Amino acid sequence: MSVTSSTAVVDQLGELPPGHMQAPPRSWWDRSFRPLLLAGLSVGIVVLAILLIFIFVSGWSRLTPTLWQNMPSIQFPELAGAQSAIMGSIWVIATTACISLPVGIMAAIYLEEYGNPNGRFFRLVEINIQNLAAVPSIVYGILGLGVIARALALGQTVITAAITLSLLVLPVVIISTREALRAVPQSIRFGSLALGATKWQTIWKQVLPAALPGTATGSILALSRAMGEAAPLLLLGAVTYITFNPSGVMSAYTVMPIQIYNWTSQSRDEFHTLAAALCVLLLVILLIMNGVAIFLRNRYQRRW
Amino acid sequence: MKMSTTAKPDTEPRNLVGVSADGSDPAPTPRAHSLMDALVFGRPAPSPDLLDPVLSLRKVHVYYGDYEAVRDVTMSMGKNEITALIGPSGCGKSTLLRCLNRMNDLIPGARVAGDIRYHDIDIYQPDVDPIELRRRVGMVFQKPNPFPKSIFDNVAYGPRVQGVKKSELADIVEESLRHAVLWDEVKAKLKESGLALSGGQQQRLCIARCIAVKPDVILMDEPCASLDPIATQRIEDLMRALAADYTIVIVTHNMQQAARVSDRTAFFTAELDDAGVRHGRLVEFDVTNKIFTSPADGRTEAYVSGRFG
Repeated sequence: MSVTSSTAVVDQLGELPPGHMQAPPRSWWDRSFRPLLLAGLSVGIVVLAILLIFIFVSGWSRLTPTLWQNMPSIQFPELAGAQSAIMGSIWVIATTACISLPVGIMAAIYLEEYGNPNGRFFRLVEINIQNLAAVPSIVYGILGLGVIARALALGQTVITAAITLSLLVLPVVIISTREALRAVPQSIRFGSLALGATKWQTIWKQVLPAALPGTATGSILALSRAMGEAAPLLLLGAVTYITFNPSGVMSAYTVMPIQIYNWTSQSRDEFHTLAAALCVLLLVILLIMNGVAIFLRNRYQRRW
Repeated sequence: MKMSTTAKPDTEPRNLVGVSADGSDPAPTPRAHSLMDALVFGRPAPSPDLLDPVLSLRKVHVYYGDYEAVRDVTMSMGKNEITALIGPSGCGKSTLLRCLNRMNDLIPGARVAGDIRYHDIDIYQPDVDPIELRRRVGMVFQKPNPFPKSIFDNVAYGPRVQGVKKSELADIVEESLRHAVLWDEVKAKLKESGLALSGGQQQRLCIARCIAVKPDVILMDEPCASLDPIATQRIEDLMRALAADYTIVIVTHNMQQAARVSDRTAFFTAELDDAGVRHGRLVEFDVTNKIFTSPADGRTEAYVSGRFG
């Protein structure tokens, strides 16, 4: 019965006059909405493109091996490089990773696997982490200066910068690790526990490996943010003019954004070219880091 | 109401037909299944009295917070038998199953009152380690849940977390996969992901993983619910074979499955109490043949004959 009636409907449709299914004329708002959205999108893309082209063009002549082979120089811009800043950035970010990743991942595991989500303490911590992620980086700089550089007397060193940047990226690491842990299906935890594994074994051998790609993605993005930070390090006394590579975590240092800042505040045009070249290098490094993050995310996405 | 009698009596081990509405139909209920059992599995039909209980429940109530999900269940699961828990959705059978290896501990607010004994150990005593219990009472879940690891690592995981020596793992893995009738299909690709297998193979992998820790009891929570009929039949054959070595408790929505594989069947239903709150209740527990041919309770009969649920 139902079959025949649906056939009847089809027949009717076939006999309908042409144009019956066409939508009524749309209002101007309806029609302009899509171009409007597209315009919003293009503002971002166009500005970014202009910026990239501008720094590429202005820095192109100095994008040579001297940029990473030579030390900065105030007197001879034609010989100046940014090796100390590049090495400084690597030192600072590597140390930041060594501090923020273990701490952040442990905090996330506690919150996701052990904490009682209805507890007062838990909610307090959770809200605070979310708020901390939105605190301006300069505030972390003040904290680092007052507490880490002065009160802990660690001075203007790589470790001071790394601890401060760790505090800065910790909320992001925690939030992204929590999300990765939450994405691991409960059935994997149950499967492991039902085999007589302890909670710790379940987390260490099943949940963490399954959450690793997501954790890595979030962590790399957080670290690439730390890599581009200049404001807190200016307060922490990253030295703007330094002609040696860091020799350890207690060494004085400078980083790429600070070196860029230094060069742009010089009066001679050659230094501006150098700054643009170093900008390009910094962007390329960040692009590579983000590329790795995206690759990891796509490669290991949802294997269950 | 005379039910269809066109089913093939000789291929249908448990005769489901010939039950009349009033339960008085004297239609012959041949012991074909026990003959089948004897021929195929070399096992006798279960005796009406449960001789050797591995798990025994006495006056068990299960609560989620204030809500009493299961009320007053008393029953036992016999050694090397398959016990099926059947009943409509929400009757608490899965809840009860999860209490048997304390997987319910993982659900916030879940609480058990009464007495659940594994042999003569009260498993809810504070000195009982649920980890140790779960090594003896394994579990297979409704949806196959292989770990996102290789087939080998899936099976080796349980022994590994118990500290079994590396040199013994290969043997345990092979033995377990053979036992789960999966070895021939996967022996050439032990390093491939367990998730690359078909649904039925994944479920047999989960069974292999479970028996790799050499449990005493295997709990199965609707193990065939997400499988096609052919995969289902393989799992059922496997269950019958495993019953020689293990005590099996299976929750199933599929009455035919309970009739085909189980030795004893417990029928649960959801009942409204005076306050209008639903609770899971055990209606009847008996030898499977009896449940499906001459149940003592009218509700059981209504359910197994398909008039309800």
